[in-house]
Amino acid sequence: MIARIAAVLLALLPFSAMAAENVTTFELDNGMTAVVIEDHRAPVVVHMVWYRVGAADEPAGLSGVAHYLEHLMFKGTDELAPGDFDAIVKANGGSHNAFTAPDFTGYFQRVAADRLGLMMELEADRMRDLALTEEHADTERGVILEERNQRVENEPNALFAEQQRAALYLNHPYGRPVIGWRSEIAELDREKALDFYRTYYAPNNATLVVAGDVDPAEVRTLAEAHYGPIAPSVDLPPRVRPAEPPHLAERRVRYSDPRVAQPYVMRNYLAPERNSGDQRRAAALSILADLLGGSGLTSVLGEKLQLDAQIAIATSAYYNPTSYDPTRFGMYVVPADGVSLEEAETALDRVLQAFLAEGVDPEQLERVKGQMRAALIYEQDNLQSLARRYGAALSIGLTVEDVQSWPEVLQSITAEEILAAAEDVFDRQASVTGWIMRSDQEVTQ
Amino acid sequence: MMMRWIAAFVLVVGASLPARAAVDIQEVTSPGGITAWLVEDHSIPFTALELRFKGGTSLDAPDRRGAVNLMTALLEEGAGDLDAQGFLKARQDLAARFSFNSGMDSVSVSARFLTESREQSLELLRKALVAPRFDPQALERVRGQVLSTIASDEKDPRAIANRTFDRLAFGDHPYGHAPDGTRESVTALTRDDILAAHAATIARDRLYVGVVGDITAEALGPLLDRLLGDLPAEGAPMPDDVAVQLAGGTTVVPFETPQSVAVFGHAGMDETDPDFFAAHIMNQILGGGGFQSRLMTELREKRGLTYGVYSFLAPMEHAALVMGQVASANESIAEAVQLVREQWADVAENGVSADELEAAKKYITGAYPLRFDGNGAIARILAGMQFAGRPITYIETRNDRMNAVTLDDVKRVAARLLQPDELHFVVVGQPEGLSATQ
Repeated sequence: MIARIAAVLLALLPFSAMAAENVTTFELDNGMTAVVIEDHRAPVVVHMVWYRVGAADEPAGLSGVAHYLEHLMFKGTDELAPGDFDAIVKANGGSHNAFTAPDFTGYFQRVAADRLGLMMELEADRMRDLALTEEHADTERGVILEERNQRVENEPNALFAEQQRAALYLNHPYGRPVIGWRSEIAELDREKALDFYRTYYAPNNATLVVAGDVDPAEVRTLAEAHYGPIAPSVDLPPRVRPAEPPHLAERRVRYSDPRVAQPYVMRNYLAPERNSGDQRRAAALSILADLLGGSGLTSVLGEKLQLDAQIAIATSAYYNPTSYDPTRFGMYVVPADGVSLEEAETALDRVLQAFLAEGVDPEQLERVKGQMRAALIYEQDNLQSLARRYGAALSIGLTVEDVQSWPEVLQSITAEEILAAAEDVFDRQASVTGWIMRSDQEVTQ
Repeated sequence: MMMRWIAAFVLVVGASLPARAAVDIQEVTSPGGITAWLVEDHSIPFTALELRFKGGTSLDAPDRRGAVNLMTALLEEGAGDLDAQGFLKARQDLAARFSFNSGMDSVSVSARFLTESREQSLELLRKALVAPRFDPQALERVRGQVLSTIASDEKDPRAIANRTFDRLAFGDHPYGHAPDGTRESVTALTRDDILAAHAATIARDRLYVGVVGDITAEALGPLLDRLLGDLPAEGAPMPDDVAVQLAGGTTVVPFETPQSVAVFGHAGMDETDPDFFAAHIMNQILGGGGFQSRLMTELREKRGLTYGVYSFLAPMEHAALVMGQVASANESIAEAVQLVREQWADVAENGVSADELEAAKKYITGAYPLRFDGNGAIARILAGMQFAGRPITYIETRNDRMNAVTLDDVKRVAARLLQPDELHFVVVGQPEGLSATQ
């Protein structure tokens, strides 16, 4: 069986050749970079503009302004009334949305391929020419407070995550929630949003990603026509955030809330991120996350804690390598009925110790790598996720070559590198351990 | 200047909108008599398969609520000669992806598998469907997960609102019960109950199959027989239809949280109703998503009262609802509820404008081809069309039928469908200035 599978998956190589044949890049004179991904299966295009600015670039005291601005980008320009953007995209059968992350802010539309020029016209218009009224800005602040209510204040798990993140980062703005602290959202206004906009929204701080039934030369012509005339910003601030000092003390977060039904324990470590031309440690950590908790019962935590000891009903490990500054490596254990959080945490540490002592199971490593190879095939079916992969990577300083070599780097990672990365990252001094529990639980723990 | 240019552009291209999605559906009947709808696409070496078994959690016996949900979750937890971990390893070695889900009206199976390991992947899937083990150890493990989900739902305002609404709308009918069951009912389920739920739901007489990807019609037929031929011919009889038992009013479920969550609705319209297309367009204008709907305009865009407010048609196998949801801070939910009621009444009484109708048609017809986005998505559409009893030509005619809807049609259907006096709100939270009517 195993031999047969190896043969099957080898046939899929080489990855970079496969990825490269339908991806083209170019740069406009004003510094706007562009990636075109061709897929001619359906007459559809995804058009995205990614700004290399996110919540971690906000001035202190203005948490949430990047996300607030993202909302206000739909509130009209010197040419279009509020709501016109939405109306025009919809009238063309398109869908659209936007997202804000710590390192980037993105806007995208999905529409019939022959509407690409119109989407560029709209997106170029609002890159520099936003026109906001106080009234719209004030109303939208109310919308965002309700968004925070819905996503965070009404969700004890989200409040818990927010507290842990704040505890993990001692100095870096990654410790702040992307949506913003409630008290600071309440103080945001039109001027603060426009200041942020004028500083960061410019072609030389943006990446264009076009994916779908398009011809790269035609995309370039359209991009030159629509984005080309926009003057670049001459005073774009350097992208330097406050750095983390040495982490010398382990942190613990205990959060109680009467709305909690299911207690669990979480551990987050400060972890290195992907860097251009230097992706091996991040690749090792990506595989480590899959080995430890990426696939339920066949991963280390699932096998030891859910299947063997049966003290957990769920386990997971996660790591997001696509980050501008140091990121997190995390795990959680959801204890079975009757198992305390202390017992769950002790069991988690026991499993990690045993993993470091025993090393990587070669069969499991091969299974994880095989799944990663297959994911490349399945991902070709999902244009939007492919487009997002390029957009996110380019927004944090990686290159198209980094994106295309990533699968090969993953495949080349050895068990020794994984173990070394694990030993490096599992430093309790650079970690936060969180317990979330019912309000009545604290006394009994 | 630019505005006018855009307006002109919209008009020109609006006329050239792709009239239909470019999918060529073949009906394949296997030597053993199993029918599937197939779209061949050989550009990526994998295939997506969607199976839907009509019935779902509505086939739970009255004293065995949650059995179908737990059974479905156990299908990937060991089959044939493989225990739970062995099954998962085998699937991962093949790089196949399976997911099993239960809903009120169906159990669905979504599978994706590489061309190179197609036969082995389908053999593994066959084991899960035909010979699941329901090992006691796996049963206890997954039962623990389901009980955890039930406990979380009991403290989640949105889940509480939906459960309360369903109970008020459908009473003792299966639709009135939580699909996952209750703590008590799930705790009491035995392996025999799981076996009975399997026999009741996973059968050929209620099966719809959609297949998309790197496979030919010739290859598919025999594979269907191998995959599905060993399933029992018949499952359990379907439940009866049920009348919606709601009266207009407001139910408040007190829950300590800053934002109140409201679910609202009343009796709706069957999907086979000749006016369903008009109703679909009417709902798009009232609250069908996006920033332009009446509800979003009044509550979010003008007043900042909510992050999102939606209405939707919910035709089910044995009942139909028109529903909606909104969340707003405890201090403002009463105003949000009032505004929803006003819009409901306004559209019921006055219908919609010609501009609104035109904009909705452009969006609905233009967005339709974009749904056919990837093998997995198309496979789900194919199974869904058969499930709903639509003809194989439906995709070709759907946009024309949308475009044929007139302003009078929408006005008629709004007056018939929207019943402001029947509208019932379930509000979970600590709403201020909102009193329960019962």
